[in-house]
Amino acid sequence: MHTPITNIDRRNFLRLSGITGVGLVLGLSAKADGTATIENLSAAGESFELTPFVVIEKSGQITIFNPKPEMGQGTFQSIPALIAEELEVALDKVTIKQTGGEKKFGGGQSAGGSASVRTSYTNLRKVGASAREMLVAAAAQQWNVPVTECYASDASVFHKPSGKSLGYGELAEAAAKIEVPKQPTLKDPKDFKILGKRYPRPDVPLKTNGKAMFGIDVSVPGMVYASIERCPVFGATLVSYDDTAAKKVKGVIAVEKCERIHGVYKSEGVAVIAENYWAALQGRKALQVKWDFQGNDKFNSKTYEQSLRDASKQEGAVQHNQGDFDKTFAEAPVKLEAFYETPVVSHSPIEPMNCVASWQEGNKLEIWTSTQVPGSIMNSFPKLYDVAPENLKINVMFNGGGFGRRLYPDYVHEAVQLTKKIGKPVKAIWTREDDTRMGPFRPMTFSAMKGALSADGKAIAFQHKVISPTLDMRKDYDKTKADGTMTEGISEQKYEIEHMKNLYVHHYLHVPVAAWRAVTSTTLAFSHECFIDEMAVKAKKDPMAFRLGMLTKPSDTKVLLEKLKEVSNWNKPLPAGWGRGVAQYEFFAGLGGFVVEVSKKGTGIKIEKVYAAIDLGTVVNPDTVEGQVQGAAVMALTAAIKGGITFENGQTVQSNFHNNPLVRINEMPKVEVHIIANGGTRIKGVGEPGLPPFAPALCNAIYAATGKRIRRLPFDINKIV
Amino acid sequence: MIKLTINNQSYEVDASPEMPLLWAIRDLVGLTGTKFGCGIAQCGACTVHVDGNPVRSCSYPVSAAAGKKITTIEGISEKIGEAVQKAWIELQVPQCGYCQSGQIMSATALLKNKPKPTDADIDAAMQGNLCRCGTYQRIRSAIHRAAEMI
Repeated sequence: MHTPITNIDRRNFLRLSGITGVGLVLGLSAKADGTATIENLSAAGESFELTPFVVIEKSGQITIFNPKPEMGQGTFQSIPALIAEELEVALDKVTIKQTGGEKKFGGGQSAGGSASVRTSYTNLRKVGASAREMLVAAAAQQWNVPVTECYASDASVFHKPSGKSLGYGELAEAAAKIEVPKQPTLKDPKDFKILGKRYPRPDVPLKTNGKAMFGIDVSVPGMVYASIERCPVFGATLVSYDDTAAKKVKGVIAVEKCERIHGVYKSEGVAVIAENYWAALQGRKALQVKWDFQGNDKFNSKTYEQSLRDASKQEGAVQHNQGDFDKTFAEAPVKLEAFYETPVVSHSPIEPMNCVASWQEGNKLEIWTSTQVPGSIMNSFPKLYDVAPENLKINVMFNGGGFGRRLYPDYVHEAVQLTKKIGKPVKAIWTREDDTRMGPFRPMTFSAMKGALSADGKAIAFQHKVISPTLDMRKDYDKTKADGTMTEGISEQKYEIEHMKNLYVHHYLHVPVAAWRAVTSTTLAFSHECFIDEMAVKAKKDPMAFRLGMLTKPSDTKVLLEKLKEVSNWNKPLPAGWGRGVAQYEFFAGLGGFVVEVSKKGTGIKIEKVYAAIDLGTVVNPDTVEGQVQGAAVMALTAAIKGGITFENGQTVQSNFHNNPLVRINEMPKVEVHIIANGGTRIKGVGEPGLPPFAPALCNAIYAATGKRIRRLPFDINKIV
Repeated sequence: MIKLTINNQSYEVDASPEMPLLWAIRDLVGLTGTKFGCGIAQCGACTVHVDGNPVRSCSYPVSAAAGKKITTIEGISEKIGEAVQKAWIELQVPQCGYCQSGQIMSATALLKNKPKPTDADIDAAMQGNLCRCGTYQRIRSAIHRAAEMI
């Protein structure tokens, strides 16, 4: 396997070995253009690329490239850890660099869908293992001893019998000439030093001393600042603008048009460009802009919500059908129906949208930004802005929160257009008001639920009909098909109910929408799991026992609920005025569940204790997982009990955190996280599954404590009874 | 020109008097640890100390800060600030980290006034600082941990 290559130019081989490593080890798409990759790997300099993801320099400096943007979910540790573990180096001994969509790093340069670790787990370990085997083989060659007598540890290779050792830096040049192993041997998990451990995240110290660089912190020579006026009415067009007063503001340099591009949603804006951001804001205030609302200024939430209720009367497209729901429901001895409603919400990462873009001579473009999707920017921008892909450089900064918002580079488009127009580097920053008013937003889903029970209280028929706008905003959207993104998880729950027919009704919305952390499961889990609770109540059964009674076959869901039952002491009586509720939800990202305990407090409710469980199969960093699940619960709590986004006169009513509030520290319940990592058949996601089941568990607990069934979010937790 | 003393260093900035201190610190002085989050003193990401007291620099005119002692996240080197940073690392508090400069500035100010804060003290001192990642539980633990270390 480790035959040295002698008949090939070393520099060429370095490049080729990189390609082999990626193409083979990472299984990249066949579309990857080999020629372009070779060009991208040119200047090897003093460092030796073992694979594109690992660079070991003669000095011993090791660099690991991380293709997954860091937005708080911990990929700055969990992804390099996969390589470092197999490479036998400590994470604090390596430099971690974010990739910027370069072709040589292949597809998957994005963070979303709780997918980073679960899609990289084996492939990136193979990258690390390949590099390790090449280094060990290089040492064995140098010592002229069998490879089996050598092993790697702490960035060195040791010869067992003699105790001789060589550092990785000393071996790098020779190792780069070794053929990339086709099937590197992965470590036995029992020997792991990083994976599965509470390993400190290398970005944390930087995030306590002000040194972490987010997109908004980037400064380049000659940079100017932009603030962009966009029409508050969605779907309006720009008629004209008068910038006379704006240009008189001290520090204002220019006023230019730009276009916000969010999929099919496009809208023009007017940018005021100035020497500093404050001046740009003042200039923007002085700007006079005329818009044509295109009739969209009549739009409001109340009317739209009523139209969703009306649309629920439609039969809808069949999303899932098993048994004979209609007949069973019609003939059932006990049946119930309920209608659930959820709000539009904002992502509101604390770092507002921003981008630094620099147009340079010779049609070159450099971008510095907080983004979840460097790969798709690299794919889509060159054609749009007439830049060759090799002349586009994307610097991915730490994301000051993502939550799905930074999957959409509308704010990057604006900055690129502006720098191209004025020929200077531009930092365009959205204000909080821009962020709150402009979206894109998580759309609402409304749910019409039907359930039937046998005479002895067994669930026999179930229907979840979703009525909603869709994340696919195209006008030619096919209404006859059930939308997978808007019916997430509703047919994936493991409850054994014989007759089930789930439906989808689409209703158009012109407001820009977007995936939000845990996407549509964040609203559908609420209706789904609260209605399961209603069925349990109707059956006069304990909600936990009712659920477990529908889980006779082995499943991860059954294990999860049994874990929650145990850790929450489910059967232990609670004090008077208290109640507990349970909910779980399985969807594309993974599986999570909660038991929430609440007590009556005056007219409101106090959350006393929260038990969370997340099923992962395999865990990379339990400390990160706990933080993610606690954070997901907070985000879910905000979406359940805070105002949400509403529209009047075609515009967003809310503008900033005073009227679009988030949960604060005094409202934070204590969340106890239990990780289920039984080494199951597949690895599940971390960032999102802690979100969907929180609101239904809370509302089920409120029902248990007060008898009040909450079917519409948000609700005021201080005015329940 | 407005004279500012930030982290014991003197700066002269060419700013209009009503420019918020935040933008003077970030754009004119070039210290970017202090963050912009909302611009209306609702989120606390821009918290700095002025003469030892926590203020929201996004809503504090730069002219009002002239001649006062301004401390930003880059300058908290004394015992309490170091203990807070140490506790933040020990308990791995930050997720995205964007709000954490402001959280640390508020926590440091709290511990200066109340070396052994109760949960109620923490609620009162920290509820002006939003964290969208939801790290509140660890923030609370880390403040208690820092109090032990001081």
